[in-house]
Amino acid sequence: MNVNRIFLFLILGSIAVFASGTIEGAIEKQPLNMSAIVMFVIFVGATLGITYWAAKRTKSAKDFYTAGGGITGFQNGMAIAGDYMSAASFLGISGLVYLKGYDGLIYSIGFLVGWPIILFMIAEPLRNLGKYTFADVASYRLRQTPIRSLAASGSIATVILYLIAQMVGSGKLIQLLFGLQYEVAVILVGVLMILYVTFGGMLATTWVQIIKAFLLLSGATFMAIAVMAHYDFSFGALFAHATELKGVEIMSPGGLVSDPVSAISLAVALMFGTAGLPHILMRFFTVADAKEARKSVFFATGFIGYFYILTFIIGFGAIVMVFQNPAYLDMAKQAISGGSPILGGNNMAAIHLSHAVGGDFFLGFISAVAFATILAVVSGLTLAGASAISHDLYASVIKKGQVDSVKEMKVSKIATVVLGIVAIIMGIMFEKQNIAFVVGLAFAIAASANFPILFLSMYWKKLTTRGAVIGGSLGLATAVLLVILGPIVWVQILGNAEAIFPYKYPALFSVSVSFIGIWFFSITDNSHDAQAEREAFEAQYIRSQTGIGAEGASEH
Amino acid sequence: MNKELVEKIKNNPDYQELVAKRSSFALKLTVAMLVVYFTFILTIAFNPAALGSQMSADSVTTIGIPIGMAIIIFAFILTGIYTKRANSEFDDLSNKIKASIKDN
Repeated sequence: MNVNRIFLFLILGSIAVFASGTIEGAIEKQPLNMSAIVMFVIFVGATLGITYWAAKRTKSAKDFYTAGGGITGFQNGMAIAGDYMSAASFLGISGLVYLKGYDGLIYSIGFLVGWPIILFMIAEPLRNLGKYTFADVASYRLRQTPIRSLAASGSIATVILYLIAQMVGSGKLIQLLFGLQYEVAVILVGVLMILYVTFGGMLATTWVQIIKAFLLLSGATFMAIAVMAHYDFSFGALFAHATELKGVEIMSPGGLVSDPVSAISLAVALMFGTAGLPHILMRFFTVADAKEARKSVFFATGFIGYFYILTFIIGFGAIVMVFQNPAYLDMAKQAISGGSPILGGNNMAAIHLSHAVGGDFFLGFISAVAFATILAVVSGLTLAGASAISHDLYASVIKKGQVDSVKEMKVSKIATVVLGIVAIIMGIMFEKQNIAFVVGLAFAIAASANFPILFLSMYWKKLTTRGAVIGGSLGLATAVLLVILGPIVWVQILGNAEAIFPYKYPALFSVSVSFIGIWFFSITDNSHDAQAEREAFEAQYIRSQTGIGAEGASEH
Repeated sequence: MNKELVEKIKNNPDYQELVAKRSSFALKLTVAMLVVYFTFILTIAFNPAALGSQMSADSVTTIGIPIGMAIIIFAFILTGIYTKRANSEFDDLSNKIKASIKDN
């Protein structure tokens, strides 16, 4: 049994002797691991090749942040979908479906339905007003220094939380596959990501993302078809078998949202959060114009929706093929706590299923793709975080725009390295958390701090700097505070007996605080500057609607 | 953009048509998406059993499954509808506005 060998390998690996002579014999006996390793190496080699190619083309800050603006709508749609189809989505949601059935679908739908809203309200004005980051839009007619500082803080907080989820996924995955130590795996991902971003910028990051999205969609399609083929493509038969194993309750909404406040709060976080994710918003600047920006959202929605339907089938596939299959169970854990714990935890459901439907070779392929997924997503995230630091904080706030492109890029690269190190440390600290849930936290902050300012700056004439800064800060602070006082951090991480704030999802409260705060502190602002900001709205609105003036401004 | 140009575009009937049509279109689609999604999420919150009812007596499949799938497809269709209209009708209006500024 190969998986028993993995298990053995896991134990050996955890003693951290991967590179030493004593374990080499074990590797030779692992054809499974070798196929995965070979595919990993091919992917990493290919992506480093892309990075080398991209590095030669990345000369200006515009190239670094937006790939020179030459990505097509279809390519960008694939790349956006790639940013979305992260390890947290693929492993976390299929794991959630595996664990709780229908509840996994609730998550998927919440992640998806933000997209149409982004297209109708955000994508076009963003593209017409902005240059590199969404802070460009928020600070278009407001005072640069305070608005950019706040927007950059929101971006960085979102990026770091999202990075944690990715790092945890990567650590678990490589741990299971290679028997590498968790920490070693996380460091490996961090280092590769730093290489892609510092040398290849947005161009390399985008192409790594596109290739990975294609591989992931292909692999997931194969898995879903293989599962359905077992049941003559009848969902009824698949569900019937799954409920025999896990009970009929997996077909209905269960414990994920236990009360109305949590349900609405989760919905708010997922919807508005999507519209405030800096690494996604940044992708609207890589296309040539508003037309391509729209197309990219259309393609992205299609890919993401299709992918979530696949993860639902994959989760159920894991129930029928992995659950109670001794080959995939964690014997050591079962001996201690009973039940049917699977090797590597529930987030590994899709990985085990890949072995069940496609054998060693396909397990190697899916593992390599999942690894690629993590690399691509952390690269996109880190680039967004680094842009917030270099473009918004360094160039616009500290240097007041008096900085050349070369210096700004240098700061981006330093920021990339720092963020990479932070991601590695946080990834190790958050090892035990449910990775899909940590993404939920990132969404709460994106929804509370980033989205309200972005949205109101585009559509509300009376918005002033004072309103945006105070309201946005209150939203950000509320989101962070409620996360800390909530059940996950306060109880599970800090070990207190009871949470001070009872809900897992703070977005309903923090988004409301943000909007009300921005409204109140804007309408009561009677300063001379505020009046000028209101008067500047008209010209901004015309540009956001028509794109007049946008062509020139996006040139550096 | 100077004041004179702002006034000129603002008074351009094509601009007024673009903003009026697109705003109302985008708003309608947004409301459609929000209504569908919040109906779904509030059903989960207040009456999860509704989504958990079986499609037929001899099937374990619940109506929540096709409803969930339909929401995903609905979101995709809405983006398609918007993209199609914006990339033809709205862009034509935008281009007309841009052309009218270049004339002077």
